[in-house]
Amino acid sequence: MSAVLRCGAALTSGLVFGLGLSLSGMLDPARVRGFLDVLGDWDPSLVVVLGGAVTVSTAGYALARRLHRPALDSGFHWPRPTRIDGPLVLGAVLFGIGWGLSGFCPGPAVAALSTGTAPVAVFVGAMLAGMAVHDLGPVGRLTPGGRAPR
Amino acid sequence: MTAYLPSLAGGLLIGLSATMLILLNGRIAGVSGIVAGLGRVPRGCWFSDLAFVVGLLLGPVAFLGMTGAWPEMRIAAELPVLALAGFLVGFGTRLGSGCTSGHGVCGLARFSPRSLVAVLTFLTSGILTVALTGALS
Repeated sequence: MSAVLRCGAALTSGLVFGLGLSLSGMLDPARVRGFLDVLGDWDPSLVVVLGGAVTVSTAGYALARRLHRPALDSGFHWPRPTRIDGPLVLGAVLFGIGWGLSGFCPGPAVAALSTGTAPVAVFVGAMLAGMAVHDLGPVGRLTPGGRAPR
Repeated sequence: MTAYLPSLAGGLLIGLSATMLILLNGRIAGVSGIVAGLGRVPRGCWFSDLAFVVGLLLGPVAFLGMTGAWPEMRIAAELPVLALAGFLVGFGTRLGSGCTSGHGVCGLARFSPRSLVAVLTFLTSGILTVALTGALS
């Protein structure tokens, strides 16, 4: 029963996330690249998006830390504490290059699939391939990224 | 100032979504990790991860229902560039254990030093990439 409730909670959370992305302008790669164009014609609106999102979730996480367990599960699935290491930094560098080239990061790209736009499908297909190459290849077996996804 | 209201409302909804997922299911709203997890053998959280992705896909549909139009999307990159970018985003977010949502929203909200380093790194790398491609074009 609680598994069904967890699916319902996840569906609702995903819907709110996707609606938020749609409202915020994060689905528009030109806007995202404008946000990254700090050295050129900078569009600061995504600072407001990130600021709003972090403010609300900081309150949410502060509350979560005071609780023994979430409402629908026996415990919190906190990420395992790990070191700041080479894979973290190299991965973030590669992600940033792809983000800057396209204006897409994973959340908006996956959400935008439902608009039926072919270039989005190309991006997401390549993204899934990149994930698979990491997770199934030698790198994924050596780094925590392959096993600790969140 | 009112031009920023949709951005603010959208950001608040994203924060609300992350809050719901941690308080109800005890899970971090990290899209790259959730999507990659769907490639594994179904167990435990697989079905709720799938439900999250279905909800994510329904987000723009709900926006269409509310406003009568799809969210604006201006994609300038050519298909080969999009494919290269997608591969780098997929590989990079797995190697770095997170993306804009997991490190950016949830990690910063948890005051995770690891996420702060990741966010500063991918912002810098994204800013330099946009500056360099702008200078070359």
